[in-house]
Amino acid sequence: MRTLAFDVAHLLAGGMLVLSFVLLYQDRISATLNIFALQAIVLSMSVAWQALIQDAPHLLATAAIALVVKGIVIPTALHRIVRRLGIHREIEVVVGAGPTMLMGLGLVALSILLVLPVGDKISILAREDLAFALAVILLGLLMMITRHNAVTQIVGFMSLENGLILAASGAKGMPLVVEFTVAFSILIAFIVFGVFVFRIRERFDTVDVGALDRFRGERRDQP
Amino acid sequence: MPALVGLWCVAALLSLAVAAIAVARTSIGSILVYGGCLIVSLAGLALGLMTLIGGAPVEAVVLPIGLPGTGAHFRVDALAAFFLVVVNLGGAAASLYGIGTRKHETSPLRVLPFYPAYLAGMNLVVLADDAFSFLVAWEFMSLSSWALVMANHRAPENARAGYIYLLMASFGTLALLLAFGVLAGAEGNYAFAAMRAQHPGATAGALVLLLALVGAGSKAGLVPLHVWLPLAHPAAPSHVSALMSGVMTKVAVYGFLRIVFDLIGPSTAWMSMIVLAAGGITAAVGVLYALLQRDLKRLLAYSTVENIGVVFIGIGLALAFRTSDMNWAAALALTAALFHVLNHSLFKSLLFFGAGAVLHATGTRDMEKLGGLIHRLPKTAVVFLIGCVATSALPPLNGFVSEWLMFQAILVSPQISQWGPLFLIPAIGALLALSVALAAACFVKAYGITFLGRPRTAAANDAHETDGFSLAAMFMMAALCVLLGIMPGAVVELISPVVQSLTGARMPAQSYLPWDSLVPIAESRSSYNGLIVLFFLAVSGATTAVFIHRFATRATRRSAIWDCGYPDPSPAAQYTGSSFAMPIRRVFGTTVFDVHEKSDMPRPGDTRAARYQVKVFDPLWRHVYGPLARWMLKSTAFLNQLQFFSIRRYLTLVFVTLILLLLMVAAWR
Repeated sequence: MRTLAFDVAHLLAGGMLVLSFVLLYQDRISATLNIFALQAIVLSMSVAWQALIQDAPHLLATAAIALVVKGIVIPTALHRIVRRLGIHREIEVVVGAGPTMLMGLGLVALSILLVLPVGDKISILAREDLAFALAVILLGLLMMITRHNAVTQIVGFMSLENGLILAASGAKGMPLVVEFTVAFSILIAFIVFGVFVFRIRERFDTVDVGALDRFRGERRDQP
Repeated sequence: MPALVGLWCVAALLSLAVAAIAVARTSIGSILVYGGCLIVSLAGLALGLMTLIGGAPVEAVVLPIGLPGTGAHFRVDALAAFFLVVVNLGGAAASLYGIGTRKHETSPLRVLPFYPAYLAGMNLVVLADDAFSFLVAWEFMSLSSWALVMANHRAPENARAGYIYLLMASFGTLALLLAFGVLAGAEGNYAFAAMRAQHPGATAGALVLLLALVGAGSKAGLVPLHVWLPLAHPAAPSHVSALMSGVMTKVAVYGFLRIVFDLIGPSTAWMSMIVLAAGGITAAVGVLYALLQRDLKRLLAYSTVENIGVVFIGIGLALAFRTSDMNWAAALALTAALFHVLNHSLFKSLLFFGAGAVLHATGTRDMEKLGGLIHRLPKTAVVFLIGCVATSALPPLNGFVSEWLMFQAILVSPQISQWGPLFLIPAIGALLALSVALAAACFVKAYGITFLGRPRTAAANDAHETDGFSLAAMFMMAALCVLLGIMPGAVVELISPVVQSLTGARMPAQSYLPWDSLVPIAESRSSYNGLIVLFFLAVSGATTAVFIHRFATRATRRSAIWDCGYPDPSPAAQYTGSSFAMPIRRVFGTTVFDVHEKSDMPRPGDTRAARYQVKVFDPLWRHVYGPLARWMLKSTAFLNQLQFFSIRRYLTLVFVTLILLLLMVAAWR
């Protein structure tokens, strides 16, 4: 049971990490949204599994929130936004997919190097979990800074937040109220983002944030 | 109990500051405010003296304000009591002088509210017993004095002085903040009592000493951190200049003593060598620059730099002796330093008051436009002369006693066991001797050019004596200068509890000695008696006077005066300040000063006037502060770009920083 618990948790967390890599090079917007939804579902599974092996039923609530809000509500809403903006068929050129992937690999190595040797006081399960979570967070951040499209930047942010939830669920004794607060603040942030995306669109006829830079009288930092 | 009384004094001064806003415009506002300050300062003076003499038990007062968990601690021990005496003595005299300035103060609202606040700030620094209150009081003192420097803000050089002062004051406070941070250690206990109980290690102690030297030294005017001082001190109204030069620099010395002797604990030989070198260089450079000044108040400000150097030499000597387990010699050196602190606060206040009287009477501080004032301001001339003699360390006045004690301490330095101080102290002694001699030359110049000779301008010719209050303040300080010079034993006794608490030893008891002699080490070695010197001077002077009046011829002979080869009796043909200082300027022109001489001599037959122009720059500006300022501007201009990034660039910045920090964590574990 011990090894099974470990292996399944490892599988689910690893699955999230792989999905983060997929997000990193995905260049079609609707595909990005689908993968994000998939990542949220894997996250909710992982949290539910943690609830099972840690014997912490409140984590089930977290899993449910993750599934409903991030697996269903937010992707659906983003799909609608994208369709209303008419960019669902658009292809966003991801700059330097190869180097980005290499950087992502470096980040994963860094987080494993950082977290695994923390010490024997913390169980290997929690450490592995934390290493994966940190990698997902860093990859989310990397995605945010390699994208031009406001919508995919939002996806990067949400994926970063998935990593946070993963880390929180792996740590024993995290109070439920913290997870609730994080979930709600994400929802609020999502609403604000949504409003902003529409405002940007209204003003500039595009959701490419490079337009904002041009509006400020600067040259674009990347072609 | 003393700390509580001190806090009440501070509260009274602060309420005076608030009240001053209301009454500044009224006709009696100045009298009320300065009179109130005078009374409170006298109370503080009495408090300090009683604590020093009575040896009241040291008690701490904790107020529930300030840093959470620490509170505000206040305490009056012997060291604090001594500096309360210095601060409030200067404060009382300056307040008395201030009453006299009310008639010619053009914008009282710019001076009156800040003056009591400034006094309160200085008192509070001395009272504070935890790092937080100390720094708050320190900064309060700096800012209120800055406001006073800017009292006459329309003069462009005052605005510049204020700007530089503000910069240097913030820099000094930053250094002190870091020093206290190191002292507080990982637990972050900012009360002095906790720091006293747990001395830092050798490395941390050395770091704290360096930071304190920079922090307190920038306020006291140690070279090369002195550049603001000759700009800011003369810019303030004269009684505030007296406070800044005579008292605030002493508060900085207090801060240094508090940190180095009380909080750091044991020190090493090279730490004392740093302090000694800083003091020696400061003394020599200060007096050399003082010699070249033509602005009377700026000359006095540079002389303050020199005297601070002398005080720091004493402190360095005490540190050096203490590391060699010669506590009796450390006590001697520290007594000399503290005695000089008291002396300098007396005669520098007196001299700034005198300079203020000259400024008020003639409207200028430029010595080349003065002259002959001894006939126009006879009383000011007498007390100014006493101040000059005291500053030049001539017996029987007080300046001689403290510098003599300093040399006595230097003369026992061959008994030191460490090699570094053993070789350094004689060199510092030579620098000290040089600066004392040059100080005498400097004040011969200051007095001779200002008060003697013939008036160089109409303003100097029409000058008139200053008012009664100002004269009273000056006479009080002059009397104290004489009194401390002929009764040094009493002062040494007064200082002994301070020295005892800081070095664990004291100078030999002076009270049993006949006729108020002063014995630094043992009666068999050396002693000094100011009374005998005074008596000798009085007797020989009187004898000479009687002899001349009795035996010289009474016949009056009138003839043309010898004109030194100048048939034109223009006062411009007299010695000027610049010509007096020329030999020194030539000798040190290429090493210490950055002198630019330009002489434009017409060819024979040409009738135009010859021109000779001398400009003296401080090489520090060209080689240290100028490049520093340029580098600062450049780097801030570069950093300014950070303000106009796009959000993605900001995110990238955050990301890169995060990765770098994580890498550091990974690498250093």
